[in-house]
Amino acid sequence: MDTVVAYLPAILRGTSVTVAVALCSAVLAVFLGLLGAWGKIAPSRTANAVTGAYTTLIRGVPDLVLMLLLFYGGQQLLNDIGAATGWWGYIEISHFTAGVFTIGFIYGAYMTETFRGAYLAIPRGQIEAGTACGMSGSLVFRRIVWPQLVRYALPGFGNNWLVLLKTTALVSVLGLHELVWESFTAGRSTRQLFTFFFVTMAIYLVLTAISDTGLRWLERKYSAGVRRA
Amino acid sequence: MEDPRGPSLLDAIRDFSGNASPLDFVLIIQHWEMFAAGVGYTLLLVAVSLVIGGALSLPLAVARAYRTPVVNQVVWAYVYLFRGTPLLVQLYIIYYGLGQFEIVRESFLWLVLREPLWCTLIAFVLNTAAYTTEIFRGAVEAVPYGEVEAAKAYGMSARLRTSRIVLPNALRRALPAYSNEVIFMLHGSVVASTVTIVDILGAGRILNSKYYLAYEGFLAAAVLYMLLVYAITRGFKIWERHWHAHLRPRAA
Repeated sequence: MDTVVAYLPAILRGTSVTVAVALCSAVLAVFLGLLGAWGKIAPSRTANAVTGAYTTLIRGVPDLVLMLLLFYGGQQLLNDIGAATGWWGYIEISHFTAGVFTIGFIYGAYMTETFRGAYLAIPRGQIEAGTACGMSGSLVFRRIVWPQLVRYALPGFGNNWLVLLKTTALVSVLGLHELVWESFTAGRSTRQLFTFFFVTMAIYLVLTAISDTGLRWLERKYSAGVRRA
Repeated sequence: MEDPRGPSLLDAIRDFSGNASPLDFVLIIQHWEMFAAGVGYTLLLVAVSLVIGGALSLPLAVARAYRTPVVNQVVWAYVYLFRGTPLLVQLYIIYYGLGQFEIVRESFLWLVLREPLWCTLIAFVLNTAAYTTEIFRGAVEAVPYGEVEAAKAYGMSARLRTSRIVLPNALRRALPAYSNEVIFMLHGSVVASTVTIVDILGAGRILNSKYYLAYEGFLAAAVLYMLLVYAITRGFKIWERHWHAHLRPRAA
């Protein structure tokens, strides 16, 4: 117990890195997800093909493989391009950036499906009615599509977020000093790996519980207009 | 041996792959045996943990769905713990963590727990059993109550009701969600490479570090995983066609 208290600052620092990675990649994932959903719904063959390939690729390849590919391969690719064109010098992708980009890229694909499903759940007649009232496309989106899109997408978003939060543990394999890495280091130097991983699990459970509360609040807020049985 | 006719086609391919092409694919093909062994390990880990985990999860799911006192709460806590924490940490706590206790190190258990393969299997079984319990529980609870009532009216015992009415119906219902779990398990199995097991990703990592490469090993691994996911999806489609035959619209 005393050792855990002694290493508490490191553990908490790691926790904050974990949370930061998760939040940044969630923002990226939501952005890519909205873009991807638009690409899947848009009446453009090219957009459909690109987003289709994106979601198929992501669902086929495990996260850690993509992460390592982006961290090592992406860095090499950037530097090769830089050397060939002379546009930039040597670039080093940080662990944090690699983690955020890979996780954001992966969960962007899952978010794409979530947002696409949510959009399709909005009754077509409402959008037609908006157009019939003389609303412009952006006004229809802002007043009719968006509020309902958020409502329908929230449960799926919540699931994706909880899985994403746990996926951030893999960034420790790249060497980012997040929660798992910090507790691994602390556990190894004190020869108390079990204790520290136990604490790690407890912290993940607390983060999950906090997310649950937040998600439930959001769901209540966005379904204020829905009558419940 | 020097070929008197000059460089052969094979040499030309080798030269192109090593020098001109951005990817040295000949190098990957030369190490096909390591990747084949990796596929074997991945399939072994995933298949064994799915079979054992699935078998464990059935009674747990039924206990949860039937609200069996005490068991229900214990299973809930187990599922919550394993679904709420990363698989990587679960593997680490078993492989690295358990050695902290002298009792473990001095017991016969240590023969099992010091082997990365056994630890990985234990972690995977516990993990997939937790997820599958949730899937099956939902499916059991979704069985229409009228069917259970009808079985009761026929005088079936609780055991007979479960084995003849509830489970066949629930397992069919669970199939789509279960196919997702199989793919997640395959995706999750990559963490085995972090405890020195040479699965598909492990083979890729070895290739890359051996020749100081950035892409080849990981790309080969990515392609292999994609093929496996494709095969699993196709397999489940066929399976679903068989087990959901009664739901398909009848041909005229």
